[in-house]
Amino acid sequence: MRSSEAIRLAILAGALSAAAAASAQGTTAEGIAKYREMLQDGNPADLFDMKGEELWKQKRGPKAATLERCDLGKGPGVLAGAFTELPRFFADTGKVMDLETRLIHCMVTIQGFNESDLYKAAPSIGRGEGANLVAMTTYLATQSRGMRFNLPQNRPEEKNMYEVGKRLFFQRAGPHDFSCSSCHGVEGGRIRLQDLPLLTKNPGDGVGFAAWPAYRVSNGQMWTMQKRLNDCYRQQRFPEPKFGSDVTIALGVYMGVNAKGAVSAVPTIKR
Amino acid sequence: MADPMRIRAALAGDETTVRVLMAHIMEPGTRRDAAGALIPAHFIQDVDASHNGKSVLKAMWTGAVSQNPFLSFKFKGAAKGDKVVVKWVDNKRDTRTDEATIA
Repeated sequence: MRSSEAIRLAILAGALSAAAAASAQGTTAEGIAKYREMLQDGNPADLFDMKGEELWKQKRGPKAATLERCDLGKGPGVLAGAFTELPRFFADTGKVMDLETRLIHCMVTIQGFNESDLYKAAPSIGRGEGANLVAMTTYLATQSRGMRFNLPQNRPEEKNMYEVGKRLFFQRAGPHDFSCSSCHGVEGGRIRLQDLPLLTKNPGDGVGFAAWPAYRVSNGQMWTMQKRLNDCYRQQRFPEPKFGSDVTIALGVYMGVNAKGAVSAVPTIKR
Repeated sequence: MADPMRIRAALAGDETTVRVLMAHIMEPGTRRDAAGALIPAHFIQDVDASHNGKSVLKAMWTGAVSQNPFLSFKFKGAAKGDKVVVKWVDNKRDTRTDEATIA
C-alpha cells in the first residue's frame, strides 16, 4: 500500500468514528429525553406540592396562624406569578429576598416561628421543619408553573444584586480554580451525559433557573434553588454558602434576570 | 400519619388507566447509616386497588420498590364518575387509603 493511500484511509476511519460518536451522543440524549418524559407522568414532586399546600393552609406556629396572607411580592395572598418574579426587593425588610427566605420571613412574622431555628433547620431538606420548607417552596413555585420569568430590576438594590451575582458567577477560586462559568459559561457543555445549561443568557424554557425546584430520582430528594446552589459550590470544592446568604440571592438574581422570558416548568424531575 | 397519595384515573374506550403516586420512604432494610448500623426496613407490603368495592389489583411489594413509588395499571368495566380506591399497608402496619373519581 502506498503511504498516501494509507493516510487517506486513516483520515476516512477517523471521520467515520467521529460521526459514530456524534450519532451515539444524539441517541443517548434522545433516550434521556424519553426517560424524563416517562418519569414526568408520575413525578413524585407532586407529593411535595400536595404536602406544601396542606402546610400553607394549616394553622401553625406559636401564633397558630395560616400563611395565606403572606406577601410574596405581588400582594398578600397572591401566589400566581410571584415565583417567576423572585428574587426581588421587599420594602418591609429592606432586602432582596428569594422565595425561600421570603417564606421564612412570613413564618416568623405571621406564625411566630423562631428565625434562627428555621435557618438552622432549612439545610436538612429531608426532615423536620427543613422538609416542610421544601414542601411549601415546591407548592408556591408550582403556582407559577407555565409563566415566564420576569424579575424586576427597577430598584438599585436589585441592580446591585445582579452585578454582585455576575461577579460571583465568573469568580474563579478554590483548589480546582473553578467558577460557575467554567461549566455554565459555554454553549453545549456537558458533564458525562448531563447537558449543562448556559446561564449567562436565557437557556430556554424549563431549563436551568426555570427547572428548579426539582425532584431527583437518584436520591429521592426534592431540591430547591438554595440546595442546588449549595451543591454547585460543594462540587467546585468551595466552602458551601449558608442557607439564604447574600451569595445565593445574588446568584439567583443573576440567573433569574438572564432567564427573562423562559417558561417555568416547575416542578421538574431530574435523574 | 402517612402523607396522601395522588391518584388519577381516566377512562379511554373501555379501559380505565389508573396512575398512583405514593409517598413512602421505602427503606429496604439492607442499608447502613453513617455509624454502620442497619437502617430498619420500612416499606409498603400490600397494595389493594378497588372499583365499586371489587378488587381490581392486588400487589405484594418488598423493599426493592423505589422511594415514593409510582404505580400505573389498566382495568375494564368502569364508567366515568365511578370511584377508584387505593389502599396500602406497610411492614409497620401503617396504612393509607385514598380515592379518585374516574374522569
